[in-house]
Amino acid sequence: MSKGPRDKRMTIDEVVAELKDGMTIGIGGWGPRRKPMALVRAILRSDLKDLTIVSWGGADVGLLARAGKIRKLVYAFVSLDSIPLEPNFQKARQEGTIPELVELDEGMFQTGLQAAAQRLPFLPMRAGLGSDVLVNQPWIKTVTSPYAGPDHQHEELVAVPALNLDVALVHLNRADQHGNATYLGPDPYFDDLFAMAADRCYVSVEQVVDTAGLTVDTPVQRLLLSRMMVTGVVETPNGAHFTMCSPDYERDERFQRAYAAAAGGTDDEWAAFEERFLSGDEASYQAAVAAFAEEAK
Amino acid sequence: MSAPEMTASTRADVCAAAIADAFKDDGEIFGSPMGLLPMLGVRLAKLTSNPDLVISDGESLFLAGVPPLFAKGDVVEGWIPFRKVFDVVAYGKRHVMMGATQVDRHGNQNISAIGAWAQPKRQLLGSRGAPGNTVNNRTSYWVPKHSPRVFVERVDIVSGVGPQLAREAGPAATRYNDIHRIVSNLGVFDVKGADETVRLLSVHPGVSVDEVREATGFELDLPADVPTTREPTLEELIIIREVLDPKGLRFKEVPQ
Repeated sequence: MSKGPRDKRMTIDEVVAELKDGMTIGIGGWGPRRKPMALVRAILRSDLKDLTIVSWGGADVGLLARAGKIRKLVYAFVSLDSIPLEPNFQKARQEGTIPELVELDEGMFQTGLQAAAQRLPFLPMRAGLGSDVLVNQPWIKTVTSPYAGPDHQHEELVAVPALNLDVALVHLNRADQHGNATYLGPDPYFDDLFAMAADRCYVSVEQVVDTAGLTVDTPVQRLLLSRMMVTGVVETPNGAHFTMCSPDYERDERFQRAYAAAAGGTDDEWAAFEERFLSGDEASYQAAVAAFAEEAK
Repeated sequence: MSAPEMTASTRADVCAAAIADAFKDDGEIFGSPMGLLPMLGVRLAKLTSNPDLVISDGESLFLAGVPPLFAKGDVVEGWIPFRKVFDVVAYGKRHVMMGATQVDRHGNQNISAIGAWAQPKRQLLGSRGAPGNTVNNRTSYWVPKHSPRVFVERVDIVSGVGPQLAREAGPAATRYNDIHRIVSNLGVFDVKGADETVRLLSVHPGVSVDEVREATGFELDLPADVPTTREPTLEELIIIREVLDPKGLRFKEVPQ
């Protein structure tokens, strides 16, 4: 009798139950693109605190900052793109409510994840040299090349420290129950790197399909995550809302405008937004979003 | 459209042509614009002075054709997801034109925050790719509203690295540091002034050198003779107005 690999399907709440105060959590996607927002919303509802968040940030960072969940933030930018400046992140920075910050160049961020994924303490690169990234993060050191260049100089490069993660949270289009997962949009972002930089990776997806279904209408090159990188799989339709998850859906620009207006508005306006959209579970969030969409029709 | 109306170029058209000129000698590299006027200028260069330029949709596709601003559905010639952008930055065959909330006398740029980094008065984007861009590939800046608040003596936070700071950081930083042009709504600049400072290369038609000096918060390197930025050609005006930006989106950044 043959046995298959194990079934890793979980609920959103089961994922969050495995997170602990003080953990370092990497969040996949990029800015306002394919963020694991259903899992982020579940963290907002939890008692988790003192988190270190590692993210090319969008509203994931904004929401967690507004909720006071972040003790330390590692970022290169936080942006909603069509709304360049993330109001909740701006507020947190300007009021000084995030105790510890690490601002990297966005390529350094990738290199840091690569170092972690390769179990190296650091990897060298040029980015950061001469900039205030090295002034504001004086603990980031340089390293001198042991090899002479064509000009006989030994270049001094930035030793980008590994961004080791306890947990990675990513959102893709499809996965099987074992954790093999595909992206169907134009860009993989760095979700495989997040997975390999982390001790554990939880992937939420629009749809769980059987293994054969992953490649039936999709080139094999789109299989970004192998199950050996994945701890748990959660089916969360519309789970990246209001970020984009093409081709399943584009960014919900109208909702994003409402979010940004509330986040940049008075405390009462934010409280009203929270009450309407964030006070219940994921099902009630999705119902409130559907009702909000109906208003525009 | 009558002939005189056609040939009278607006300031936005002049800026688009000046941005295109920044890319004309780049050859077959990735022209990477951040923002609307840079996108217009890069596409104009590809249709006129530099057909070898490689351009993208700003997301993840290299485009074989040159579609109007924000149009979709053109022929695709390559794949450039964010991870491959970083590869091309390090490979070096790229010229990026970024925005700049502040740019200083030594050509350093800030898009991170205004005030002290620890608790800024105004949080901006974060440093994004500016530190890496400026020590790896050719970098230019676009400033739609030239003022002393943008052109400052010293940026609050160094995101993009100018030539002097690169030199202080050593050969690994200077090797590929190449701050090429700063184009604003008033003129065109480089960083080849005395002591590697910002130098005025030309003033746009209708702008005086004094006007630029007053709108700049540091002492500009001023050549004895400052030429006027060239007017776009008739061909360029037709391309800008009828092909690339028929809706006039450029006037949102540089009003008529």
